[in-house]
Amino acid sequence: MSVSVRIPTILRTYTGGAAEVAGEGGTLREVLSKLDADYPGIGARILDESGKIRRFVNVYVGEEDVRFSDGLDTSTPDGAQISVIPAVAGG
Amino acid sequence: MALSTDFGPATALSCRECGTRYEIGPNFACIECFGPLEVAYEFGDVTRADIESGPTNIWRYRSLLPVPVDVSTKPNMQPGWTKLVKADNLAGELGMRALYVKDDSGNPTHSFKDRVVAIAVEAARNFGFHTLSCSSTGNLAGAVGAAAARAGLDSCVFVPANLEEAKIVVASVYGGRLVGIDGTYDEVNRFCSELIGDSLGEKWGFVNVNLRPYYAEGSKTLAYEIAEQLGWRIPDQIVIPVASGSQLTKIDKGFKELIRLGLVEPKEYRIFAAQAEGCSPVSTAYKAGHDVVQPVKPDTIAKSLAIGNPADGPYVLDIARRTGGAVEDVTDPEIVAAIRLLARTEGVFAETAGGVVLGVTRKLLENGKLDPDAETVILNTGEGLKTLDAVSAEARPAAVIRPSLDAFRTAFAN
Repeated sequence: MSVSVRIPTILRTYTGGAAEVAGEGGTLREVLSKLDADYPGIGARILDESGKIRRFVNVYVGEEDVRFSDGLDTSTPDGAQISVIPAVAGG
Repeated sequence: MALSTDFGPATALSCRECGTRYEIGPNFACIECFGPLEVAYEFGDVTRADIESGPTNIWRYRSLLPVPVDVSTKPNMQPGWTKLVKADNLAGELGMRALYVKDDSGNPTHSFKDRVVAIAVEAARNFGFHTLSCSSTGNLAGAVGAAAARAGLDSCVFVPANLEEAKIVVASVYGGRLVGIDGTYDEVNRFCSELIGDSLGEKWGFVNVNLRPYYAEGSKTLAYEIAEQLGWRIPDQIVIPVASGSQLTKIDKGFKELIRLGLVEPKEYRIFAAQAEGCSPVSTAYKAGHDVVQPVKPDTIAKSLAIGNPADGPYVLDIARRTGGAVEDVTDPEIVAAIRLLARTEGVFAETAGGVVLGVTRKLLENGKLDPDAETVILNTGEGLKTLDAVSAEARPAAVIRPSLDAFRTAFAN
């Protein structure tokens, strides 16, 4: 599945400044793995040492925070937009 | 930065998670781990006398904040130094020995948000931003609008479109742009995070996003004021509402700084966190023994606390556990009952967030987690007039009569 991934400002050093890049994969896990292959090192910024999403980063597939769905196993249909966003204070 | 900036005693930003240090700048997340950045300081000698001779607003603590030394001469809202009400009547009803209400509805736009925004405004000036912005559950939007007007900055604030009427009016009356977003606060937040990386948001200071490290420090002044108003003493117990968790985290930081600087005697204190049942992700995680927070979709009358994905939730869990406190939640009817109890006993009309705090205080007394004999401070962070709908069905005239003594006698004959 081809998807697009929106990159937060603090990770754009990995993508040569691009705010949005093309991705590939049937699940979020696959998309992030491919992203790390394309932009080496970016994966470790989003996932911690044990491979879980870091506790201060939010990842969305479409409108939905993946913590509401299946986390890294959330499916990423063709054309899906994935957003990686740092947690923000309130309110 | 090319700009000449003055952040007083602040020397750097430091990641709260991994400790990586950064130069002072409009950044909020660690490049290494996404952890939140905090202001790091080198404090000089700070004495009680210096503070006591300062103005009766948060700038009396300027030597503990990331602001220039002449901050009190600049056009800002001068918030803070709100009343610490000794709540003997309420204590009597609850069977407590010593209870105080820190009543932050007395701030210029009637919520604690004036404290945090005042620090963010100084940071915006320092960074040369022309527009002040935020994602807000209502109170923050009003505080930003007013502070921008006073400071001569433009403002553009974003809120969930379904807010209480009074909060919409307060957020728009100061003349900046108010944008209602068809979604929850968490969706507004996400929108702002994306706006910040876009050229549309160029030179904008989002007080709770790219200015968050500075903004958040404003909540430390609640800790400073409470200690000073108690006669330079930290209370035994404090109950604090939790939306994003930033306020609670910074009150703890403030108490620790006072101890470290020798401004108060070292002591153990217990921090309790209060949520509404309809948005209780931190309370749920606390009770389940988790150290991360599973987001929820909020459904509560306490809209100012309706943050389903609280950024500082993990720190609230850490602090409640470290200090021997707890995290608890109450239902909407319990919130309403608590608003009425506080109004009836102490003449303080709290917004729903204040009802959450008192409701949780009651519940913690009932389940034995709060010590009724220990000196306790509870926070009211906002004004009841902004959340009239919560109590308007019950707070009605006892009678409507003709203007005659007979009519009054008849109406109240028994």
